[in-house]
Amino acid sequence: MGYRRLRLGQFAIHACLLILSFLFLFPLILLVSASLSSETDISKYGFTLFPRNVTFDAYQYVLQEPSQILTAYAVTITVTALGTLAGVLVMALLAYPLSRPDFSWRRPLSFVVFFTLLFSGGLVPLYILVTHYLQIQDTLWALILPYLVMPWYVFLLRAYFAALPRELIDAAKTDGAGEWRIFFQIVVPLSRPALATVALFCALTYWNDWYLALLFINNPALVPLQYLLYQISTNIQTLQTSSQAFGVTVPALSAQMAIAVLAIGPITLAFLAVQKHFVSGITLGGVKGD
Amino acid sequence: MMLPGLLVLFVFAYLPMFGIIIAFKDYRAYQGVLGSQWVGLKNFYYLFGTDDARRIVVNTLGMNALFIVSVLVVSLAIALLLKEVQGNRRLARFYQSTLFFPYLFSYVIINYFVFALLNTSNGFVNHTIESVGGHPLNWYQSAEYWPVILTLVTVWKNAGFWSIVYLAGIIAINPEYYEAATIDGASAWRQMWRITLPLLKPLIIINVLLSIGRIFYADFGLFYQVARNLPELYPTTDVIDTYVYRTLTSLGDVGMASAAGTFQAVVGFFLLVFANWLVRRTEPQSAIF
Repeated sequence: MGYRRLRLGQFAIHACLLILSFLFLFPLILLVSASLSSETDISKYGFTLFPRNVTFDAYQYVLQEPSQILTAYAVTITVTALGTLAGVLVMALLAYPLSRPDFSWRRPLSFVVFFTLLFSGGLVPLYILVTHYLQIQDTLWALILPYLVMPWYVFLLRAYFAALPRELIDAAKTDGAGEWRIFFQIVVPLSRPALATVALFCALTYWNDWYLALLFINNPALVPLQYLLYQISTNIQTLQTSSQAFGVTVPALSAQMAIAVLAIGPITLAFLAVQKHFVSGITLGGVKGD
Repeated sequence: MMLPGLLVLFVFAYLPMFGIIIAFKDYRAYQGVLGSQWVGLKNFYYLFGTDDARRIVVNTLGMNALFIVSVLVVSLAIALLLKEVQGNRRLARFYQSTLFFPYLFSYVIINYFVFALLNTSNGFVNHTIESVGGHPLNWYQSAEYWPVILTLVTVWKNAGFWSIVYLAGIIAINPEYYEAATIDGASAWRQMWRITLPLLKPLIIINVLLSIGRIFYADFGLFYQVARNLPELYPTTDVIDTYVYRTLTSLGDVGMASAAGTFQAVVGFFLLVFANWLVRRTEPQSAIF
């Protein structure tokens, strides 16, 4: 009797989670289905769970005049690769001294990093700084530099570095290794999981970013993928009929959805490949400032 | 070693902090930040003289409060459900990954999702309403629905992430408690109320307090992308962050924008410090600083 009730309870829980999982995937299914539908089917039947007639017209249309999308892909890939590499390196270099108890500036400098989490000047000063003083608008710098150091990840790395066995570092020191050598040959190889997690979240931030482009990019050659998608959706909204605005061609609904699918494809694949790291990254936790 | 990192922080975090003086100036691009004239609190008088000020503060606080409560309830529920199926590793991982999946999407993409569901002429929701004989609704012109819509979107995007955090907290609970409870004949339901939730309380309190510390900051992408910056929706979807952006870029009113931004930064700072003080009082070892 008790065993049976347990089974029934388990069944109900699985049912709940299955339904919830389906609901969470539902918008994605609609989007993929629309990208595989013909334009006439969408206007006749609306967005449906399954395409009435599967067609790859939208993808063909999107990829036949691909220069815009390819340019956007290239920009996004460049920014993501450079930003992630540089970001992880710069943050690790910042975090490592902060993790060493024998570093006398540890506490004040930790606070310098930490304070940026508490207080920020906001959009207006940043905007004026970038456009008026640094004058890096319409360059890749504007898409990379503002996200280069993210304090949470600095503290995550610091916590990880601090937990490494001290004896290794001390032994290397007595063997005459310099600080740089210790960092690159001992600390970095031992910290792969933490570095991978930070790299993953950095890459996600850069890949998904449209905000910096919205603020700082006017040159069509530097428009990243997400911002291109944004332009397409606003152009549809304001200019249903006209096909040319911002120098962006406005494709039909199914084509729009196809572009969106192409934009989320790489993240989805990357996620499926490294989902374990994401989960362990979230639970690394225990991140604290001084 | 630390030089590049500190330099980036100095330029992109600390210089803008000093930039809050713009809020007290009549900023002219050709005079620069330092050269522009001081005008005291004039920008703030203007800002709080408008109806906008009340609207954006109320919307920011109200929507964030809705989000905090909903995300907490749903993610806790998911974590508690996931705990019960840990015996089946494969399925447990499948659920966890699926529910976390929306966290990966940018708000630009989410705007496409929501559009597929809600657009007036061929969105899924209106088609469904029509097929059961109802009247389709103009979602994108009716501000009153958006607190619910945006709450659903936020829950959908973030519940998976937070359920992983809470599940990690649950798994860290000593299994002996559950073993003892099972021997005493306590049901799973009773174990949840008497063991899991009480032991999870510190984690919940900290997360809620920290969210409250950030309640004055809205998720710009959510409001700007998903609500599409539509004036019809401003009554419920205009928040401090969208107001600052709009005032700066389309109206070009640096004074008002920086007054609103500075107001947000200062109040936000004190709220965080206050929230941390509360954490320190309830769970001293969990305080952030």
